[in-house]
Amino acid sequence: MQQTTVDAQGRRSRPDMSLERRRARTAWLFLAPTLIVILLVAGYPLYRTIELSFTQTSLLKFPLESHFVGLLNYKFLLQDSQWWHSVRNTVIFTVASVVIETVLGLGIAMLVNAKFPGRGTMRTAMLIPWAIPTVVSAQMWRWMYNDVYGVVNDIIMKLGLSHKAYAWLANPRLMLPAIISVDVWKTTPFMALLLLAGLQSIPGELYEAARVDGANPWQNFMRVTIPLLRPALLVALIFRTLDALRVFDVIYVMTGTNPTTMSMAVYSRQQLVDFGALGYGSALSVGIFIIIAIFVVIYVVTLRVEVD
Amino acid sequence: MRRRGVGYYLGQVAFAILVVLVFIYLVFPFFWAISSSLKTPNELFQTPLVYWPPVPQWKNYLTVFTAQPFARNLLNSLIVAGLTTLLSLLIGGTASYALGRIRFRGKRSVFYGILGVSMFPQIAILGGMFVLIRTLHFYNTWWGLILSYMVFTLPFTVWVLTSFVREIPRELEEAAFVDGATPIQSLTRVLLPVMAPGLVTAGLLAFIQAWNEFLFALTFTVDDKARTVPVAIALFSGASQYVLPWAQIMAASVIVTVPLIILVLIFQQRIVAGLTAGAVKG
Repeated sequence: MQQTTVDAQGRRSRPDMSLERRRARTAWLFLAPTLIVILLVAGYPLYRTIELSFTQTSLLKFPLESHFVGLLNYKFLLQDSQWWHSVRNTVIFTVASVVIETVLGLGIAMLVNAKFPGRGTMRTAMLIPWAIPTVVSAQMWRWMYNDVYGVVNDIIMKLGLSHKAYAWLANPRLMLPAIISVDVWKTTPFMALLLLAGLQSIPGELYEAARVDGANPWQNFMRVTIPLLRPALLVALIFRTLDALRVFDVIYVMTGTNPTTMSMAVYSRQQLVDFGALGYGSALSVGIFIIIAIFVVIYVVTLRVEVD
Repeated sequence: MRRRGVGYYLGQVAFAILVVLVFIYLVFPFFWAISSSLKTPNELFQTPLVYWPPVPQWKNYLTVFTAQPFARNLLNSLIVAGLTTLLSLLIGGTASYALGRIRFRGKRSVFYGILGVSMFPQIAILGGMFVLIRTLHFYNTWWGLILSYMVFTLPFTVWVLTSFVREIPRELEEAAFVDGATPIQSLTRVLLPVMAPGLVTAGLLAFIQAWNEFLFALTFTVDDKARTVPVAIALFSGASQYVLPWAQIMAASVIVTVPLIILVLIFQQRIVAGLTAGAVKG
């Protein structure tokens, strides 16, 4: 920015130029450690993963013995029904959890945005599910979902919603919904907190003006709240989507490598580690990377985070 | 004054009920974990269910440490998460100063690059990371986990800190500059003290991320020499596959969660601010 203005004014004086250059040099010097570490821990592993995806390599032997096989792994991936089943699981998980979390999160955010006694306690309670490690929340819910001694069945039966107990984590039709509900429990409050920050930045005068114009609560919500909340909603939605697409912990802890519920990440790790297929597992990783990279590009382009 | 009709009071009651229901929904699972952690095996596996044990079995909290190598797991987690956080703040702090303050060519691409890495799916580099860790002989060590955790804590730290640096008034540095301070002096003497709240927030969030991490910890450790708490809790085993020691699992869960909840309660304003600035995954 400054550079162009200075250029437009013609020649710059020498000391100014060296100052500019010195600043740039300092900037790169300050950035160097971060860039080096990122190249080492992100750049190199990504490069090796891509390289391995064109080979047949066993994880068990070290140093590695790789055989170049060209696109064979990718050809296999395209025909691998378990891979496509895990893609399907991941997409269902992502769409369902993100939609439910956004709707519920918005509801809770609006609830907490109202003034009532105990509001502070409520806000604190909202941070609890977020603070609990995913593995811990998955274990807690696995116990609550127990078919005989689980509290979920007990409450459902006490409320008279059902007369029989369900095998939440064994019945193929219930497993994925059960897992999604755990993610919803853990992440909705976080979503609500992000949206609450957005809600609180809406000036009260706007609602006042809407009231004067005779708007009903629904019109208030659709014409004032939603449009002004859009930026916050968009950020929250995209971050949650990216996060949900790489889901691993909650599924791995609750149902392990059960083919019915495996996500892309669980399947990729199973091939890589449990089966020791470093080549094919890496090809799956690249597949996941491509799917998520598309979303990252969409994110960066739509939001254009301001740098200056 | 307008008279308040029946509708108004009904609305208030409905609102109160809704608030209470949401509160129960948020807190009940944690309550259930605490209650289960205090039960005897008989109370755990008994119908009708016992909602609160008549005689709380506090000894379950001791059993976690005697029947399982849980102390070692806690130590591993503390060291790994602590060192990861320190390193990220140290390395990321200088980078965020450059990104938040200094004008230079290529800043935008560097910023987007770092942003992109912070969105990285960890699974996408699992194979390559495994090779890197084996090559450096870091397999099943703290260093393997610290190294691999940098991939998400470092970009995240840079990002949150940059947003803090940008909000520091420029006059501070200008004054330092007029007094003849070098960039490094103005970073350490002038900015660092002002950046303290940002460092605390970024550090806390990075620590929580590292403390909770599961995929790398599961893959790059093989026994309790370096195994962290989340992996230990996921792999807790009892007499057989079907009789899991649920009281111990729940006790361990409560033990690792309580410090996090206390931290979150103390720093809740900062955490919300940091998360909104960085708008990041939980």
